[in-house]
Amino acid sequence: MNTQYGPGPHEGSNDESETEYVQILDADGNVRPGAEVPELDDEELLAMYEAIVLARRFDQRAISLQRQGRIATYAPMTGQEGAQVATSFALSGEDWLFPTYREHAAKYVHGVSLSSLLQPLYGHRDGYAIPDGVNVMPEYIPIATQVPQAMGKAWGDLLTGRTDRAVLCHLGDGATSEGDFHEGLNFAGVFDVPAVFVCNNNQYAISTPSDRQTASETIAVKATAYGVEGVRVDGLDPLAVYEVTRRALTRAKNPIDDERRPTLIEAVQYRYGAHTTSDDPSVYRDEEEAELWRERDPVDRMATFLESRGILTEERAAAIEDRVEAQIQEAIDSAEADETEPDAIFEHVYEEPSERLDQQRAELDRLREKYGDDPFSEVLQ
Amino acid sequence: MSATDDGTRGPPTDAAVSDEAVTDSDGAEELTLVEAVCDGLHTEMARDDSVMVLGEDVGKNGGVFRATEALYEEYGADRVVDTPLAESGIVGASIGLSLAGMRPVAEMQFMGFSYPAFDQLVSHAARLRARSRGQYSVPMVVRMPYGGGIKAPEHHSESKEAFFAHEPGLKVVTPSTPRDAKGLIAASVRDPDPVVVLEPKLIYRAFREPVPEESYEIPLGTAAVRREGEDVSVFTWGAMTQPSLIAAEELAAEGIDVEVVDLRSLSPLDTETIADSFKKTGRAAVVHEAPRTAGLGAEIAATIQEEALVYQEAPVKRITGYDAPMPLHAVENYYLPQAVRIRDGIRETVEF
Repeated sequence: MNTQYGPGPHEGSNDESETEYVQILDADGNVRPGAEVPELDDEELLAMYEAIVLARRFDQRAISLQRQGRIATYAPMTGQEGAQVATSFALSGEDWLFPTYREHAAKYVHGVSLSSLLQPLYGHRDGYAIPDGVNVMPEYIPIATQVPQAMGKAWGDLLTGRTDRAVLCHLGDGATSEGDFHEGLNFAGVFDVPAVFVCNNNQYAISTPSDRQTASETIAVKATAYGVEGVRVDGLDPLAVYEVTRRALTRAKNPIDDERRPTLIEAVQYRYGAHTTSDDPSVYRDEEEAELWRERDPVDRMATFLESRGILTEERAAAIEDRVEAQIQEAIDSAEADETEPDAIFEHVYEEPSERLDQQRAELDRLREKYGDDPFSEVLQ
Repeated sequence: MSATDDGTRGPPTDAAVSDEAVTDSDGAEELTLVEAVCDGLHTEMARDDSVMVLGEDVGKNGGVFRATEALYEEYGADRVVDTPLAESGIVGASIGLSLAGMRPVAEMQFMGFSYPAFDQLVSHAARLRARSRGQYSVPMVVRMPYGGGIKAPEHHSESKEAFFAHEPGLKVVTPSTPRDAKGLIAASVRDPDPVVVLEPKLIYRAFREPVPEESYEIPLGTAAVRREGEDVSVFTWGAMTQPSLIAAEELAAEGIDVEVVDLRSLSPLDTETIADSFKKTGRAAVVHEAPRTAGLGAEIAATIQEEALVYQEAPVKRITGYDAPMPLHAVENYYLPQAVRIRDGIRETVEF
């Protein structure tokens, strides 16, 4: 790798858990001496920046919508947008994305519309209906369950000769404790499949810090046990995340000599905010801790980098802000106008509905006809 | 990364109860259901040093629903344990802890996330007594919030009590009142066999009632008649008890006298109370959130057939969730039995 190893987030703090990781931009957004910037043209770099800005703004709007009672529980991603956007930027259209409930920006960059991201938050499952040609699975909520499935998708692609594609699977630090993580990574190693597993180590599984999640020094080191590649990257450095992911995907599709196809990437980052809008992080962590990470903010670092190269001007930044604002507002308006018919409960349970399900559908229709919809909107309790 | 133990959280001023809690003249505090669960855990941990609580976010955070609030501060990190995120690990370790003489109370954060632990529960916790011919037992408790109606994300709203009630060797209880919550927690912790406590999160904070400060048990396997009536019996549990009672009051105005039986214990079932009620009314409806097919309504209907067939005046009506995945919240109130559906179903039974 031409990228440089930089210190962990506790630079100079004598923290024993400090472990090196791949970094291209330093904490201030300057290219590290000797580091090589990924081969992206100005437009691509600007597009990456715009997506990160959009992700941050989306997060703010979504949290605010939740506070107003307009959407249900939301899992914020502020602090993690850089890694999400950069990993998806490294994908080609043929590659498949297996996201969790927090990877809103990763899904968006790989082709899911903003209104689709919002629909489930408004209570409409149609947001999980992914359009043809967009290779994204509905988000995974039960922890780590996506890992063996992503492995299986990659395996199937290999078996059917689709060697132009790989699978990228997101997971959190908490997920590495689940059995499914072990089983999925073990299978990936044994069957040597074209899959890249990105562990977004945001330091907390709700309240449990990552050093209480595992006694391993890092998460990347776990790769060794499965016989797959392991790499640790500064998850707040979008350029480093992009480069590490790009290389992992290239190796997954075209391993050279005795290279292994699968990689486990540990993207070291921090969840600035709450686990979800139902969570109160002040109960279990110190705000000062968050400040250490905010100093390495991905939005600021990308902006500094792009400004230093003359790619990001004040004018362009203002245009980006305007576009982002308009795009998000349009998505909110669209999602708010959506409705789910009660009848949709009975759809898509099987390819052919069972007789009993049809009877139940008729039963609900009859009740609605008889009593109207008002009694159904009574709050239970 | 290291979390610090200093300064992030001071000890609460009053264990287990919120600021709004008041104490009545008998020393019984007005608690919500979730506060009563917590109070039950406090009482059991104070009574017996071998009782410990383990799970995801149960320690410092006090549980995502605050069901284990202040236990960590009071009993320390050895007895109130934030585990790694691994449900099979939590339940499997609890089985081992039981073998070593501990009384573990494991929390599954939501029922929908308990399935990785299913193997440990059904293959081992439920049958170690039988497999070892009585040599070993697993006196553990597995608590899990269940049920819909709170606008939760996917996988957070299901009612799959039938999975657990179907397993010989497991006991399954679910409270519908704060008072029962505390008493069922106590009885479950003291029971010599594994008990799954299903907590209806819809009514975690729905209402308060006086909960005795001292320790007491609600015996496992006993139902409670919440409303006496002569015309028709409603068998229900958990969060469906309240809409059933509302429906009963509305029907009283129409001259239909409904008896509402809160089963409380889904395994073992209180077949005596079920049969006695049915013998009186000759008509029954079962109300549950879970899907209809192979739900516990079928077990109750079969029990009625076996115990009280000659008294039967009408088919047993099942007012339940549908045989479809729990929908997202925009239409979840059409999926869950509402008072309107319960009323309609009871009328149908009475008019048969």
